[in-house]
Amino acid sequence: MADQTVTDDHEGLDQFESRGRKIFLVWLPLACFIFVLLFPFYWMAITAVKPNAQLTDYQNHSPFWVVGPTLDHIKYLLFETSYPGWLWNTLIVAVCSTFLSLLASVFAAYAIERLRFRGARVTGLLIFLAYLVPPSILFIPLSVIVFQIGIFDSKLALILTYPTFLIPFCTWLLMGYFRSIPYELEESALVDGATRWQILTKIVLPLAVPGLISAGIFAFTLSWNEFIYALTFISSSENKTIPVGVLTELVRGDIYEWGALMSGALLGSLPVVILYSFFVDYYVSSMTGAVKE
Amino acid sequence: MPPVPEPRASFWRRFVESRNGLGLLFMLPAAAFLLCFLTYPLGLGVWLGFTDARIGRAGQWIGLENYAWLMDDPVFWLSVFNTLFYTIVASVLKFGLGLWLALLLNRHLPCKNFFRAIILLPWVVPTVLSALAFWWIFDSQFSIISWVLMKWGIISQPINFLGDPWNARLSVMAANVWRGIPFVAISLLAGLQTIPQSLNEAAAIDGATPWQRFRRVTLPLLTPIIAVVMTFSVLFTFTDFQLIYVLTRGGPVNATHLMATLSFQRAIPGGQLGEGAAIAVAMIPFLLAAILFSFFGLQRRKWQQGAD
Repeated sequence: MADQTVTDDHEGLDQFESRGRKIFLVWLPLACFIFVLLFPFYWMAITAVKPNAQLTDYQNHSPFWVVGPTLDHIKYLLFETSYPGWLWNTLIVAVCSTFLSLLASVFAAYAIERLRFRGARVTGLLIFLAYLVPPSILFIPLSVIVFQIGIFDSKLALILTYPTFLIPFCTWLLMGYFRSIPYELEESALVDGATRWQILTKIVLPLAVPGLISAGIFAFTLSWNEFIYALTFISSSENKTIPVGVLTELVRGDIYEWGALMSGALLGSLPVVILYSFFVDYYVSSMTGAVKE
Repeated sequence: MPPVPEPRASFWRRFVESRNGLGLLFMLPAAAFLLCFLTYPLGLGVWLGFTDARIGRAGQWIGLENYAWLMDDPVFWLSVFNTLFYTIVASVLKFGLGLWLALLLNRHLPCKNFFRAIILLPWVVPTVLSALAFWWIFDSQFSIISWVLMKWGIISQPINFLGDPWNARLSVMAANVWRGIPFVAISLLAGLQTIPQSLNEAAAIDGATPWQRFRRVTLPLLTPIIAVVMTFSVLFTFTDFQLIYVLTRGGPVNATHLMATLSFQRAIPGGQLGEGAAIAVAMIPFLLAAILFSFFGLQRRKWQQGAD
């Protein structure tokens, strides 16, 4: 991070608290929080593997457990719906838009933070303001634009519009990382005759790798989770992303296939959750970094 | 880069080696993107609000007619009320519970990092997919909450979570708070960790009670971060779309329509792009107010640190 957080990890005043008091004041509320925050996932997972007979029969089977879990819902999803296609679309769109945004953001952040061209401060502020513009007020005009340039109902529409919220975020985050790299490194390289391009690729970028990872996985998650643009710009089933596909194609009529819906939700969440579990610290630093700057 | 003829090469070189030239060049991709897909649509949206554009038909300028129409539209005013109510109540709850969770996590606990990691999960999982889980939890017949409450004998028949206006409002709010707590808690935790323990210890030695230590030491030092975190939180709650769209689509009888969902409803399925854009534009003043609030929060932070 730009400014290394001072983590004060010694026990402090906590050691004077009695155990009973601590159980009551700390562990009990914490357990409640964790229960509430995780219960929907548990419910999602248990529904995804419940046979249809047990799904709504709360009299004979405890709803909290499952006897003889089944993979039927997941099989149905993978082999009888367009789910694998949506998964693939989401992946393509997320990877491409993340890559585009990172590329543009690295240059922009370096220019604002290090080249300090005339108006750099104002540009930095504008980037921050751009981050605050919500997709819910942009989707109508964007749909008009997307239609006019003829990319309506294609993956390209999403790949080109997702950077509107990714670039401001990544630039803002990377500016913080670049700020933490000492000027002296660049100065000595300049004295040794390095060009700006060499400085950027050989000195600044290698040092900013943690920042690039943070921005990259965060941008990937944001585009994986995006909904309103995908809902508006995509109409044919084969181009839909996971959130839109699950909601618009798996919800049919009055009888909801909860098993299939929940396994769709579970499978669609897994990629980001796996990514998250590998990079927890990067996530936390990018989330708090965007706020702290 | 296309090959540049010789005499201009030196100009090109000078351009690239100057700060402003190279800065401009480096800014170009990001700026082009944001101008085309952010600034231009923002302007276009404002313009569409003054037209009667429909899907597939360019609009005519009709001045303030859309806004005049909205002024007399009870559904619009209901959505404004819902949005404000939803934003205020959900933000206050998120702040209170988030701060509480942050304070709990800021203690000396075993497996602190593990707790922090799983607490962030609701925020990582795509909102639409977790909202589907809530949809199932709030099912009118097979809700697990109703089942447990009935089992305990608290209620006699299932709660109609999403079918009754006030129940629906509270249910979507609960889902929103559930999703927002992790962001607030983890961000505030990061802020709490920058506060040296020694300040708290010094206050304790001077005889301050835990409440006084929180009120007079922790809270003032945390205020700037709270301002920024809550601005983001308010902004995202105010413009929320996904949760409502999944859980209720604005129903029952428009009782949960937010401005964002109403604008979608009118513009895309309804085809009235102009009217939808006008509703979206009507959100801007509220957003500006939130941003200004954040700006003054940041100012105060600078003043506290004695930077200026």
